[in-house]
Amino acid sequence: MSHFDADVIIIGGGPSGVAAALELKRQGIDRVILLDREASLGGATRHCSHSPFGMREFGRLYFGGAYGRRLQAEAERAGVDVRPNHSVVTLGEDGTLTVTSPRGVETLQARRVMLATGAREMPRSARLVSGDRPIGVLTTGALQAYAAFHGLMPFKRPLIVGSELVSFSAALTCLTHGARPVVMIEPASRALARAPFTLFPKLAGIPFHTGTDIVDIRGTTRVEAVTIRHADGRKETIACDGVLFSGHFTPESALLMQSSLGVASGSVGPAIDQAGRMANPLYFAGGNVLRAIETGGWAFREGRGVGAAIATDLARSPTTGVPVPVSFDAPVKLVVPNLLRRGEAEPAFRDFQLRFLRPARGRLTLECDGRAVWGRVGAWWPERRILVPIPPHAAEAGHIHFRFEEQG
Amino acid sequence: MLRANAPSPSTLFDVAIIGAGVVGCAVARRFALAGAKVALIEKGADILSGASKANSAILHTGFDAPPGSLELQLVQAGRQEYLEIHKSLGLSIVETGALVCAWTADEADKLADIERQGRENGVSELGLLSGEAARRTMPGLSDRLVAAIEVRGEHVIDPWSAPLAYLTQAVALGATFIRSAELLKGTFDSEWSLNTTAGTIHARAVVNAAGLYGDIVDERLGFAPEFTIKPRKGQFVVLDKAAFRHVPRIVLPVPTEITKGIVVCPTAFGNVLIGPTAEEQEDRVRATVETETLKALLKRGAEIVPALADIPVTAVYAGLRPATEKKAYRIACRPESRAITLGGIRSTGLSAALGLAQHAVHLHAGFGEALTPPASAPRLTMPNLTETEERDWQRPDHGEILCHCELVTKREVEATFSSPVPPGDFGGLRRRTRAGMGRCQGFYCNAHLAALSAGRLATPLAAEEGDAK
Repeated sequence: MSHFDADVIIIGGGPSGVAAALELKRQGIDRVILLDREASLGGATRHCSHSPFGMREFGRLYFGGAYGRRLQAEAERAGVDVRPNHSVVTLGEDGTLTVTSPRGVETLQARRVMLATGAREMPRSARLVSGDRPIGVLTTGALQAYAAFHGLMPFKRPLIVGSELVSFSAALTCLTHGARPVVMIEPASRALARAPFTLFPKLAGIPFHTGTDIVDIRGTTRVEAVTIRHADGRKETIACDGVLFSGHFTPESALLMQSSLGVASGSVGPAIDQAGRMANPLYFAGGNVLRAIETGGWAFREGRGVGAAIATDLARSPTTGVPVPVSFDAPVKLVVPNLLRRGEAEPAFRDFQLRFLRPARGRLTLECDGRAVWGRVGAWWPERRILVPIPPHAAEAGHIHFRFEEQG
Repeated sequence: MLRANAPSPSTLFDVAIIGAGVVGCAVARRFALAGAKVALIEKGADILSGASKANSAILHTGFDAPPGSLELQLVQAGRQEYLEIHKSLGLSIVETGALVCAWTADEADKLADIERQGRENGVSELGLLSGEAARRTMPGLSDRLVAAIEVRGEHVIDPWSAPLAYLTQAVALGATFIRSAELLKGTFDSEWSLNTTAGTIHARAVVNAAGLYGDIVDERLGFAPEFTIKPRKGQFVVLDKAAFRHVPRIVLPVPTEITKGIVVCPTAFGNVLIGPTAEEQEDRVRATVETETLKALLKRGAEIVPALADIPVTAVYAGLRPATEKKAYRIACRPESRAITLGGIRSTGLSAALGLAQHAVHLHAGFGEALTPPASAPRLTMPNLTETEERDWQRPDHGEILCHCELVTKREVEATFSSPVPPGDFGGLRRRTRAGMGRCQGFYCNAHLAALSAGRLATPLAAEEGDAK
């Protein structure tokens, strides 16, 4: 027996982590430990009581906690060593993890480690919003935890900031739990989610303003009012008892930032190659920790792909290949995979995933060693998935760059 | 709901202290240790509801205090006592040292004066360093650094557990803490009769430690105002723990007449603070944060330590300092009515609190009131929240992690509700446990905390669905 506690330890029991664990077991990997800091698996899907999950992976639809329970049952049936209530505290360079659980602190070491810690919404503080700091200012995830786990509501008449899919889900959570949003606002010039979701506020009778930002929050103990600035510069003060900051997801990458592994500056998630492997070849990652944010189904497929890549990787020594970083121009926000390594015959990632920081119109070009190998002109929107196939020989190049030329 | 804890109207206290900020808590402890029957009266639902909830958590040496001032004397006495008692109370302390950094030739010219002042103030552990030498002691500093003074004895502490420990010790010695009790009027007629929103409290002597309301409380006690509070707002940004390794020391600017300036400093909790601003305002309640100011603080932080530019923001906050027309502490003693005012403790209150408490007891001795100290002081140990000592999550059988960002256990949250001075509001719960203080600002734990704290806080976090609010 080796001194390792497991062949693979996966951190995070959402769709991507569980999918990776299932794939590893399917490929005959013996010892797979899945750690999750919560009491039950499912990750962010547990908070989402009305988004359906599971059609592609399980052939039927699940809502909220039911999907997590299916993931947990599948993992246990497959022989994954599922350990809920386990929080990872540090990531060591040699694949050693410090973990705390109800029993106390322990150290675990695996031959490979996969991060599948997902993403969370950016709270009010990190958005640097002006005003008082009363209670009643939350993110959607927190709201959904109130409603789904405790049958509580933190407000009755919130103002909702954001127009991503999750924002409309937040409005629905309010309406189904006895709260009525007073208004929804979005700083961008149009809704970030696609139709038909954007019709939702109108159908529900909730005013929805684009090009509108929050400029002040007032309230000494609870939220009393919010001032917004409309697209035409006009300010309006609206009485409300809560503010819900929805969307604006960011990878849950604190463990990386505090370790030697670090994060990529654009995505704020780990930099990975086309196998899902970081610069430190013992570490892999998949799902929304890579980039905010994709659907549960997407994260599941991505996790499965990374699981397969880890199974392949376990058959050999950790690679010593030096990866080539993928660079990009603003206003491209991020590119995943962020690195390419040579000799990946069956990559987990066949496409580059890109996101934009802001709406932009222009030509996006992929250059390998200065030669354009892909290009497209168009209008590019933030928080929308953009896929560019990874050219077969891109990994042979010394310079890989996404160029962007803005066109009026 | 909060228990009504007003004493019986017939109780006569030796000393009534008005205001449960860091100064009031320290004064309550010192009088209780001296054998006084103490009442601590607080307008808010919890201790530290005013100026004391927002500071930079530095325990100062006093190297830059006005030479010969009472402030200097009390900062140094307070620091000395903290260094003596912190271990026995389970309060941790991190000796970071500080660097007073000169970023221009003009600022560098002032360093010699600062060094001289420091030596005059009895702080001998000072060293004048070249920019290069200073950067060897802290490589994260920008290479624009011209020169610096190293101050070795500066520390950072847990600014909320310390006053809580003072009050907890006072309560263990029999002190009474009365919350949600605003002083409306005090009259002296051989003894004090204090009319508050929680009933009338009788005491032989009174100490005004009302911070931002110091002038108003003096007036309500019937004294002609000797000073006017001019609230000075300070905004802060707290960076993620990933910043900590870049900022092992307190980085101070060369101060001006008005303010100590923007400080970049580590916290005992493993974060990094940037702040405070110094903004005069009339309002004594509202301390707003402002987007543009917060951005400017982040920019300033990254100018001082460039690696901070990539570190996410964990929290932002603002506090009000009880400044007055003058820089000096405004301390008044009125033996004829046995009243002491500790006013205008604008910026060094955390360092000076224990010194101010000694001073108040000393002044009180002049009233001719005999006190008999108790035979022994009860022992107590505060729960540790800092990164330098063992936390509950590191111990076996902690049960469950409630706040993942700050690794707060459910056991810790439950324990604080059954402690001698339980939290009275959500801010107090956060300050006692750190739950919800981390980078996600309550994404995971907020709802759990709402459920756990139901019925125990002055303003509930949530209502049952369908409840009228």
